[in-house]
Amino acid sequence: MAYEYQTYAFEPPPGLTGPEPRHKVVIVGAGPIGLTLAIDLALRGVPSVVLDDNNVVSRGSRAICWSKRTLEIFDRLGLGERMLARGVTWKVGRQFHGAQEVFSFDLLPEDGHKYPAFINLQQYYVEEYLIERARDFPDLIDLRFCNKVVDHREIDRFVQVEIETPSGLYKLETDWLIACDGAKSPTRERMGLSFEGQVFEEQFLIADIEMEHSPFGDAAVPERWFWFDPPFHPGKSALLHMQPDNIYRIDLQLDVGADAKAEATEEKVMPRIRAIVGDTPFRLDWMSVYKFRCIMLDRFVHGRVIFAGDSAHVVSPFGARGGNGGIQDVDNLGWKLAAVIGGQANENLLESYDAERRHGAEENILNSARSTNFMTPKTGIEALFRAETLRLAHNQPFARKLLNSGRLSLPCGLEGSALITPGAAQVAPGRAMVDAPLDGPHGASWLIEEVQGRFVLVGFGSVPLPEVAGVARIGVNQRNGDYPCFTARSGHAIRRYGSEKAYLFRPDGHVAAVFDAPDAASVAAARDRAMGAEMQSDEAPAPQREVTA
Amino acid sequence: MSTDSETQARPAPDRLSPNQDEFYAALMAAHAGLSLDDSHALNARLVLMMANRIGDIQVLETILRDARKYS
Repeated sequence: MAYEYQTYAFEPPPGLTGPEPRHKVVIVGAGPIGLTLAIDLALRGVPSVVLDDNNVVSRGSRAICWSKRTLEIFDRLGLGERMLARGVTWKVGRQFHGAQEVFSFDLLPEDGHKYPAFINLQQYYVEEYLIERARDFPDLIDLRFCNKVVDHREIDRFVQVEIETPSGLYKLETDWLIACDGAKSPTRERMGLSFEGQVFEEQFLIADIEMEHSPFGDAAVPERWFWFDPPFHPGKSALLHMQPDNIYRIDLQLDVGADAKAEATEEKVMPRIRAIVGDTPFRLDWMSVYKFRCIMLDRFVHGRVIFAGDSAHVVSPFGARGGNGGIQDVDNLGWKLAAVIGGQANENLLESYDAERRHGAEENILNSARSTNFMTPKTGIEALFRAETLRLAHNQPFARKLLNSGRLSLPCGLEGSALITPGAAQVAPGRAMVDAPLDGPHGASWLIEEVQGRFVLVGFGSVPLPEVAGVARIGVNQRNGDYPCFTARSGHAIRRYGSEKAYLFRPDGHVAAVFDAPDAASVAAARDRAMGAEMQSDEAPAPQREVTA
Repeated sequence: MSTDSETQARPAPDRLSPNQDEFYAALMAAHAGLSLDDSHALNARLVLMMANRIGDIQVLETILRDARKYS
């Protein structure tokens, strides 16, 4: 069944009839990144206005692969289970050369995790669920459809925004403007910021088709299938994914000089699909021809304007690093922005968002550019190495590992960040938390549910945990704590974190510090460091702001 | 000596992982901007220098035979 797009009503905003009080946060763009940020802030009591230039969710399936880390973040926002239930779960990727399978990889070979390696779920469902969730916070999230930002400028520590609506123009003022307005970000263009990098000439065709018959062999288990030089599309690459509603995503590499308009016609697309699926009946749901670039901004924070998601960085789609990278941006930004607005942290803390997420974007761009270079050899010698790698891959393990059809999104590590207290542990300081099943005072639970969203000190084994202001405590496999204690179900948590070790987690679930024998002073110091205490300050501390209830 | 099939070389242990992508990118970068002739010359030098690094004549002869089997 084709997705039924609903339109969201335009409601004339108060700013049309009189000045609005200055807002704390205005978010440009109600896509997955902007909506996720609004919900994250709302859960911390911070109000925001979300402006979107249209009134429907994403046209076409667009971003479909949502990673385990993204699902864990959505879990914290109260959406993970709904997305998991609706999405198509997968974890195995297979790579073919011609008609022969040469290598498969399992992205989550162990159990004991709440979320799988990946689900596939069309961007329109993700946005629909995010909008519904945002509506759970009517006093904190002011969602304004058909509100197109046409101008903005930073004035003395606030930003003035000019907005066009069906009922006329109006102005807003905000302490912070967050640009989540996508790869073509009008906010970025208005500021004239340089956005240059590697441009790939290859074009790719995406077609979503609906069909009853599963193409994934006899077992019909959804997987990620990638072909180098498939019999049905000689000399090029092809990718196949399953989405909910029996919709399959086919992604085909086209000739460098292909005419995009001519390729995106049923006349050209239908024979290509029939070559793949044979005589099986199918319905063409959506198609698009795209090119991509691997580019990022030099800085994500520009005074009171902050960029997140595609407005800050774009990558090739192979590796699922676009949407998932953007959700990690928001996970990193939300608690910091709330702490700055609430007066618990200095504005310099936001510099760590810039540093940590530029590091994440660089990692995504590096992986994405390498994959794309492997998939699309540019010269005769590159094609020769690629061809011989594929030939060796049929029986040489090292050559199989060289096959690169996308290194799929993993949570970015923050080792070396100014907020992280160095140390040694199985999950090293800076890494994102690893989930594990627990049994606790209220029954079965997961480590991600107990830890994310606040500073938490977790003691694995009998290490006693000191009381420190602003830090929650939980024990795993310990008995005498005057704080909630859990048992590591099947021993997973102890296997993953070790025993007799305490971990301080940040609100975004990254390890801030580790301790063998934590005392109150060292935990407090690590907490302060994670709140930006050691960041270089070149201006006076920000004035204490009113804390929002 | 190996009695493996004459048509397929025996699998060698993977020693590139987990740095395989870094190596491949560096190899492509080494070739960037060269003519095909210059790239062939670079490849010849690479084979000779890697052979010198390996040093062991029995290992080298095995690699030569194994690589040839894919022709």
